[in-house]
Amino acid sequence: MCGIAGLFLKNPALEPELGRLTAGMLSVLTDRGPDSAGFAIYGASTPGHLKLTLRASAGFDFLALPAKFDLSCAEHDDHAVISFPAEREAEIREVLARHPEISIVSTGARMELFKGVGLPDDVSKRFGLHKMSGSHAIGHTRMATESAVTTQGAHPFSTGTDQCLVHNGSLSNHNDVRRVLMREGIKFETQNDTEVAAGFIAYQLREGKKLDEALHAALKSLDGFYTFVVGTETGFGVLRDPVACKPAVMAETADYVAFGSEYRALADLPGIETAHIFEPEPAKVYFWERAA
Amino acid sequence: MSAAQKTMENTVTFDLAAAPLRELNATLQGLDASTNQTAWSVHNPRGGHAIAVGLTAPIAVTIEGHAGYYCAGMNDGATVIINGSAGTGVAENMMSGLVHVKGDVSQSAGATAHGGLLIVDGNASARCGISMKGVNIVVKGNVGHMSAFMAQSGNLVICGDAGEALGDSLYEARLFVKGSVQSLGADCEVKEMSAEDKTILVDLLAKAGVDAKPEEFTRYGSARKLYNFHVDNAGAY
Repeated sequence: MCGIAGLFLKNPALEPELGRLTAGMLSVLTDRGPDSAGFAIYGASTPGHLKLTLRASAGFDFLALPAKFDLSCAEHDDHAVISFPAEREAEIREVLARHPEISIVSTGARMELFKGVGLPDDVSKRFGLHKMSGSHAIGHTRMATESAVTTQGAHPFSTGTDQCLVHNGSLSNHNDVRRVLMREGIKFETQNDTEVAAGFIAYQLREGKKLDEALHAALKSLDGFYTFVVGTETGFGVLRDPVACKPAVMAETADYVAFGSEYRALADLPGIETAHIFEPEPAKVYFWERAA
Repeated sequence: MSAAQKTMENTVTFDLAAAPLRELNATLQGLDASTNQTAWSVHNPRGGHAIAVGLTAPIAVTIEGHAGYYCAGMNDGATVIINGSAGTGVAENMMSGLVHVKGDVSQSAGATAHGGLLIVDGNASARCGISMKGVNIVVKGNVGHMSAFMAQSGNLVICGDAGEALGDSLYEARLFVKGSVQSLGADCEVKEMSAEDKTILVDLLAKAGVDAKPEEFTRYGSARKLYNFHVDNAGAY
C-alpha cells in the first residue's frame, strides 16, 4: 500500500506551519503505511552553504562533529544536519568517509531528509517535524512489500542535490534496471525497488536530462505500479503509471498545492472546503514550482 | 445516538466529527422499510471510507462534503446524495436506488453494480462502470481509461469524453458517449442507435437532468467476437 503526502506552500505566511501540517497528513496515512515513515523538508538556505543530512546508529554523538569540522550541526534523534560553506564539501565528505558508522542521507542547499522505522506519529515526533518550517515538504508512510522494513528501505530516497523521491506501488523490473544502473556506476544500498527508481532518476540527471525528462524516461523504463512524488529545491512533481493503479488526490487553493494518497490526508488543511480537488491523470508529468 | 440531532424539517443530522462511522452505518442499516425517519444528513465526512454502505431502507441520505472509498456501496433502495466528491468505488455493487455525486468521482465508480442509478455531475476517473451488471450510470463530465471494462449489462451515459480502451472485453451493456473517445477497447464497436436505445437514453438524460438530445450521442456496444474461442487464433497461444 503506502501513503504519500506533499504540501507546497504558495503563501509564505503558512511556512511556520509546514511541519505541523505535514505531520498531520502523515498521521492520517498511518492506515496505508504503519511500518516506517519519512519526509523531506525544504527550509531556509544560507547563501553559499550546503547542508548534509546524516544518519548514524542510535546514541552516536553528532554534537562532537562540529568540533571536528568547525561547522554547525543540528541533531534530530539518530539524524543530524550539518551546514558548511559549499567549497568545503569535498574535504568534509572525505572526513565523513572515514566514519563508516555515518551515512549521508541527503545533500542540498535547502533539503533535509529524515526517515525511520515505526508509526508515522512516532517518526514525526522523534525528528521534531511539528516544529519544522519551510516552503514545501513531501512525506511517506510505508507498508513494505518488496524489501525489508529497515531505515534504509523507508522513503524518501535522495536522487541528487535537493532532490528526493517517494513511491507508492511496486516495480516489477527493478532487478533488471538495478543491474543496468550498477554497470553505469550507480550505487545501491538495499534490494528495494524504490531505490532503483531513485537511482534511475539520478542516472538520467547525471546524463544531462532535466527532471521532467527523467520522469518521462521512467515511464518507458520502469515497469510496475507507481505513484511517484519528487521533491526539488523549488517545488514538487507527480507521476502516476499509465494504468493508474495507485491513488492520488490533489488540492489547490490560493495558499498551497497539496498531494495526498487519499482525500482523508488533506481534510485538515486550512481552507480545504473550498479547494480545487482533482485527481492527477495517469502517465502525465506534473510540476508545481516557484522561483528559487 | 449522541451525534444525531433532529431538526425542524424532520431530518436527522449525524456528525461524523462527534460519533464513529460504524455508529452511523449501524443506525442506517438498522432502519426497516416502514421507517418514518427517512431524511438523514451526514456532516464532516472528511473523506472517510464506506460511508452509508449497505442501506436497505428507502431513506434519503445527504453527505455534506467529500466522501472516501466505497461510499454508498451495496445500496439497495436508498437515495444517497454526496455534496462533494467521492473516492474509489462509489456505489460499487449497488442493487437499486439512487446515488448522486455533485462533484467528481475516483476510479471504479459503480463497479459490478446490478441496478439503480448513479449520477455523477463532474468527471469520473479510470474504470467507471467496470464489470457493471445492470446499473444505469450517467456521467455529466468525462470518464477515464478502461471504463465499462467487462461490462455485462446496464447503460453507461458519458456526456463528456471517454479515455483509452472504452468498453474493453465488453459483454452486453449499452455505452452512449457525447464527446470523443480516445480509443475503443478490444471487442467494443460503434452500433446503430436503435429506437429502444433512444428511449433508454432519453429517459436517463431526463432523470439526470441533462439537457442534451439523443442524436448528439454515439452508441457503442459489444462486437461479440470474444464470446467464443476462435480456432484460427490458436497459433497465438
